[in-house]
Amino acid sequence: MSAPVDPAETFRQEAQDLLVRLEDVLLDIESNADPALIDTAFRALHTLKGSGAMFGFQDLAAFAHVVENTFDRLRKTGARPGSDLVATSLAAKDFMRQLVLDPAAAEPAIGEALLAELRRLDGAEAAPAAPTRTYDIRFALPPDCLANGVNPLPLLDELRELGACELTADTDAVPGLDTLDPERCLLRWRARLVTDKPESAIEDVFMFVIDDMELEIARADAPAPVEAPPPAAAAAPAATGGTSSTAASGIRVSAERIDSLMDRVGELVIAQSRLRQIAQTSQDPNLRAIAEEIERLAAEMRGATMGIRMIPIVQLFGRFRRVIHDLARELGKDVRLTTAGEETELDKTVIESLADPLMHLIRNAIDHGLEDAADRRAAGKPEIGTIALEARHAGAQVLISITDDGRGMNRERIRAKAVEAGLLPETGEVSDADLFATIFAPGFSTAAQVTEVSGRGVGMDVVKRTVESLRGFIEVASAPGAGSCITLRLPLTLAIIDGLLVRVGEGRYVIPLSSVEECVELSDSETGGSEARSFLNIRDELVPFLRLREMFAAETPPDPYQKVVIVASGEQRVGLVVDQIIGDHQTVIKSLSRLHADVTAFSGATILGDGTVALILDIVNLIAAGRALEQRLRAS
Amino acid sequence: MTAAREVLTFDLEGEILAVDARDVREILDLVPVTRVPGARRFVDGLINVRGQIVPLADLRLKFGMSTPPPTVDTRIVVVETRVDGESGAVGLLADRVREVAELSAEAIAATPDIGLRWRPEYLRGIGKRDGELILLIDLENILANAGTRPGRTPEEA
Repeated sequence: MSAPVDPAETFRQEAQDLLVRLEDVLLDIESNADPALIDTAFRALHTLKGSGAMFGFQDLAAFAHVVENTFDRLRKTGARPGSDLVATSLAAKDFMRQLVLDPAAAEPAIGEALLAELRRLDGAEAAPAAPTRTYDIRFALPPDCLANGVNPLPLLDELRELGACELTADTDAVPGLDTLDPERCLLRWRARLVTDKPESAIEDVFMFVIDDMELEIARADAPAPVEAPPPAAAAAPAATGGTSSTAASGIRVSAERIDSLMDRVGELVIAQSRLRQIAQTSQDPNLRAIAEEIERLAAEMRGATMGIRMIPIVQLFGRFRRVIHDLARELGKDVRLTTAGEETELDKTVIESLADPLMHLIRNAIDHGLEDAADRRAAGKPEIGTIALEARHAGAQVLISITDDGRGMNRERIRAKAVEAGLLPETGEVSDADLFATIFAPGFSTAAQVTEVSGRGVGMDVVKRTVESLRGFIEVASAPGAGSCITLRLPLTLAIIDGLLVRVGEGRYVIPLSSVEECVELSDSETGGSEARSFLNIRDELVPFLRLREMFAAETPPDPYQKVVIVASGEQRVGLVVDQIIGDHQTVIKSLSRLHADVTAFSGATILGDGTVALILDIVNLIAAGRALEQRLRAS
Repeated sequence: MTAAREVLTFDLEGEILAVDARDVREILDLVPVTRVPGARRFVDGLINVRGQIVPLADLRLKFGMSTPPPTVDTRIVVVETRVDGESGAVGLLADRVREVAELSAEAIAATPDIGLRWRPEYLRGIGKRDGELILLIDLENILANAGTRPGRTPEEA
């Protein structure tokens, strides 16, 4: 075993899992009448309260207690929660998350307001109060409960909260001091409880120890035969068992460990390629056989290791359910979310970076894309708008699309805005691609009025930049009246790319193949090389080119026939003049150290088959350099 | 610190430099170096250290020493250090690696302000051993801000 873990940290992780489950359930409750959902919510809250108190999160325990009461009542009355109650419970869940992560930063006033709202809604939806009854309760906790981390005091407090309660401790079984084992709990308790709650509420107090403890509950006012244990008590241990088995099927591994595993595999692949070179020149059939075997194993190992970094996109989609729920309420629109391809896997880093851009696109779709119910009715569409999130594989890329069935993009308004911002000429035909490209320009927003939802903070330009930093592209399609579809094209993994290996002087460089449009030869007239002629004519279009030999200060004489690699990002193109095009190269990307943070021409480096290091060109920055050059030349 | 300190000593253009032995990861023969166009001259190399890409620093350029070509004794000392808050390995070019020596705390004098071509913040101290001066370098300070220069674009590189 490794070093002991901070118990509070363990609780935080457990609590966050519980809160995620609670949120899922709350979001399901509105559309699904299954009473088991209420039960699940109740149990999650109960565990939060119990464990919270045990680990010193008193504010959380007190807060969860009130929310739990609400769900307890729903559970017992079988009432369905209204949408206001669900929304308030979701807000309460957020507040509890705050109490778990950073109790000091939680604003007590917010908690008070939430609880008051819950009590009000609860009162409105609650069933008439049950008549009070009096119980005589005798119980003894399992003797080893203290060693297992059960603190009896919160249990007693909880019992007291059920109603007027007289508690007495029975110390008969406790031995004298000389033989006392302080870790064993031999105390017994007797309680007389007057409450309006049913007997099952008393059993719920002891939910986590009920299997191993002694518990007798008898009606003191009207003696009744002891009932069979109600299903709630029986369900509790089963549910707990279920959770722990799902938790055991996966393990948390730190990203550094995976990265270091990836490094080792990278070394293995390089060592293996050397072995193959030796084996190919050898006559020894045994050596050749083992070299082939190792080649196969190394390739499989690389695949498996890369697989560890991949996580299904469902984790990301799950987060948006909540956003859409909240947004729809805020904007008073009815929105249905459909998802497809949730099992599609993507590199963990990609998924994490995508959260904000996708969130922004979804906000936009709901805020600007979807019409309100009246407009939708008038247009003959169903009143409930649909947002479809879809992920799928396409070759070495993953496509993520956000589709809405709203009003579609307003071409006239975008055009007017773009002209105003100087992004498009006032007259002439403009292709859809050019038109939609303008919405990603910095500072562009067509929202007539800036709502609270969109039009603040991040804009579409940030979305575009993030996607491009992941070496992805954005495509926009829109049909008036029928809705819009925004598709993000992303590479499967950040760790490996297909590259084009080129030589400039003595240095070898990798150009990401996904950016390469074509390769052409630099003709003699262009080789002449005055700056004024730094344009290529590619099918009647002028493309600026950068002489990498000059940029990289190559010292060896240039090759007689210089080649140009045309690279593109979106609509922008630039030619890169190189000495030699060597060929395809599967590239394992490594980032550069902070010592080279100022060198913007390169996005990383990789190790070639012969063990030397090659730099990977940063296409976005090179294109920016090309554009700057173009502007300077046009100005002069 | 009162206990003796183990340092790795190496030669650089007639001076004896030292780094804390605990920070030294390995010592390599000279390997092919990939130049990073546009990086500062004294850190413009990259080497492959068993699958990891490590920047290579030539301190002679930082300190205005002459730079004769490598010899059979030239080595690369791979050191763990921090660069602007990020920890990582850096290779140091050395004319010759000497030994792991123990320097007692008394032998490490505070850096004198005058009489040296070294800026005081680049040294942690100066030790004496067998009548020779050993310069215990402060790599973190030497490398600080090597990767930040305002207003550079690829075309100027």
